[in-house]
Amino acid sequence: MKIHEYQAKQLFAEAGIPVPAGEVATTPVEAFEIAERINKPVMVKSQVHVGGRGKAGGIKYAENPEAAKVLATNIIGMDIKGLTVKKVLITEAEDIISESYVGIILDRATKKPVIMVSPAGGVDIEEVAAKTPEKIFKLHVDPVEGLHMYQARNLAYKLYRDIGQVRQAADIIMKLYNVFWNVDASLVEINPLITNPAAKVIALDAKVNIDDNALYRQKRIAEMRDIESEEPSEVAAREGDLSYVKLEGSIGCMVNGAGLAMATMDLVKRYGGEPANFLDIGGSSNPQKVVTALKIILGDTNVRAILINIFGGITRCDDVANGIVAALNELKPQIPIVVRLTGTNEKEAANILSSYNLPFEDTLDDVVKKAISLAGIEN
Amino acid sequence: MSIFINKKTKLLVQGITGRDGSFHTQQMINYGTNVVGGVTPGKGGTKVAGVAVFNTVEEAVAETKANASVIYVPPAFAVDAIYEAVDAGIKLVVCITEGLPANDMMKVYPHVKAKGARLIGPNCPGLISVEQSKVGIMPGTIVKKGNVGVVSRSGTLTYEAIWALTMAGMGQTTCIGIGGDQVIGTNFIDVLEAFEADKSTKAIVMIGEIGGSDEEEAAKFIKKYVTKPVVACIAGQTAPPGKRMGHAGAIISGGSGTAKDKIEALNKVGVPVAGSPTEIPVLLAELIKKSKKKAVKPAAKKTAAKKTAAKKKTAPKKKTAAKKPAKKKVTAKKTRTTKVKTVTRKKMAAKKK
Repeated sequence: MKIHEYQAKQLFAEAGIPVPAGEVATTPVEAFEIAERINKPVMVKSQVHVGGRGKAGGIKYAENPEAAKVLATNIIGMDIKGLTVKKVLITEAEDIISESYVGIILDRATKKPVIMVSPAGGVDIEEVAAKTPEKIFKLHVDPVEGLHMYQARNLAYKLYRDIGQVRQAADIIMKLYNVFWNVDASLVEINPLITNPAAKVIALDAKVNIDDNALYRQKRIAEMRDIESEEPSEVAAREGDLSYVKLEGSIGCMVNGAGLAMATMDLVKRYGGEPANFLDIGGSSNPQKVVTALKIILGDTNVRAILINIFGGITRCDDVANGIVAALNELKPQIPIVVRLTGTNEKEAANILSSYNLPFEDTLDDVVKKAISLAGIEN
Repeated sequence: MSIFINKKTKLLVQGITGRDGSFHTQQMINYGTNVVGGVTPGKGGTKVAGVAVFNTVEEAVAETKANASVIYVPPAFAVDAIYEAVDAGIKLVVCITEGLPANDMMKVYPHVKAKGARLIGPNCPGLISVEQSKVGIMPGTIVKKGNVGVVSRSGTLTYEAIWALTMAGMGQTTCIGIGGDQVIGTNFIDVLEAFEADKSTKAIVMIGEIGGSDEEEAAKFIKKYVTKPVVACIAGQTAPPGKRMGHAGAIISGGSGTAKDKIEALNKVGVPVAGSPTEIPVLLAELIKKSKKKAVKPAAKKTAAKKTAAKKKTAPKKKTAAKKPAKKKVTAKKTRTTKVKTVTRKKMAAKKK
């Protein structure tokens, strides 16, 4: 799960990491009032879950509250990479002497958190990693031992020469590691970590992603979820306990199991179509899930045919068939649906669906080809 | 033969009284698995599917001499269940439960290692050693006895691949799902090493997906140490970056972990990648044919080369040039093999004794 910069900064501030003063605004008037309270030049920063906000014109400098109000008017409602800006962070503008990078992620290969620092901050860190990998320094932390002060200090020395700044940065790295661990983050990032003319080290930006698997014990973080900033169909899927990702194609897919769902999408592409979505109904075979899943797929106006691919193991094909029947009766879909139900109770499933005249296929390849032909895509 | 589990496996079911635990206990017993006990705190003394239930793993191990356990407990308690199992001396722990926090997994992993145990999963379907033992939730009806080893990060996609093999008459030794999470106890390399060492496994099918670099690491390992034919299948070629595709581990982040990278890495080391599960047996049959030819060819070449060299002394240049690199390759492979394979070799040596 992603949280916004202003929420991440709140977590940082609570952990004792220095961040510029700021508050979030949803209207230009609020932006004006906040800028007035800060009583210094401010930055107006769009709060959307996407990188490259600055390049897209979503981050601007305002000399005074009046300018902040005008900029907020422009930025709120702006479209950045397909996402509409609903909130802006009004935050004290800092003079920047140097820009560095500090980030912590889970390194899957070593099964440890890895801290990455770079004196080349303020830019896309993936670009730095690709072009000048020698400018990135990494430290794997023993997850049981935790981070030692000397390790944080060694990393800080990669960023600064001045001992005062090294101490500040080491302190920030220690605290950032605590944030990473305490909120069950999958990523924490400060880009840039700056020094100002007073030689103070400050987190100018903040990014925190949370491990979805840990949300059950991170109630407060879970409440930070900004449903308005997410794809409505993905929100509906999550509430229905389904894994769904919207894509741009025209073949709606409903599959059990994530791997099989991806393999089915790949085949759609292979046979000349484009998948409209990833959708995994999971291991259970609750018929209501099938109804919700079909409702979500049908809500996508790009969809021209739906393919249902179920390989029954724990999932029982007859349960899925009952779900399909319920969905047909309730939703009365006007677009073709092609079905492949194989494995546990497949005969019962075929019987249930026999009176509904749905095209039935036996193999994965055939169901994909059929869906594409029914969608009217020329091959 | 098989890997990790066999007829001697004595299984405990942690969370045996739950909905999934009780259902799959019966399924495993039906398959022939030797389920010796179950554990649910507070339910000790009762029975599920004829199996005795204990309050603690320690007690269950003392009573039953169990050497493996399978975990069906809810996610909030599953990590604790892993600690409990390995602390009680269980050497193989299979965690079916999905949704374990990554931080907890990072901590439990070194603990499992330190205890000399193996963890499979979490978020996995378990494994089947055909006609011997089934641990987890894989349907026992789709497998067939044979000599192909199957390893996968997925669940239902694995079933699809196994089914394709079975339909093509290619039976299996062991089929194992290692799980779709970011931090897993057993990765591709661990399983590849085990399949390579298993005499009855003659070919390997590896099913990967987007996210992480396990497939790339596996490709490197295959190049160095695996002599058996390997066919792969990689799911997620159409997955967009930055989106979690169901599995916690199936995400392209920062431009890495794409299907394209994985396919390239595998192709580079001579592992064909199937575009569809149904293509797996086709590619495997081709590869087995080729590898048989290969195994015959060098010998034939050598004798032919010797003969010609003996007859025509005037044109030895080409022949020696062709011979030398071939020799080098063999020696290089041998030296590398001895380095990492010591463990497996020791085991084999022990078995021979």
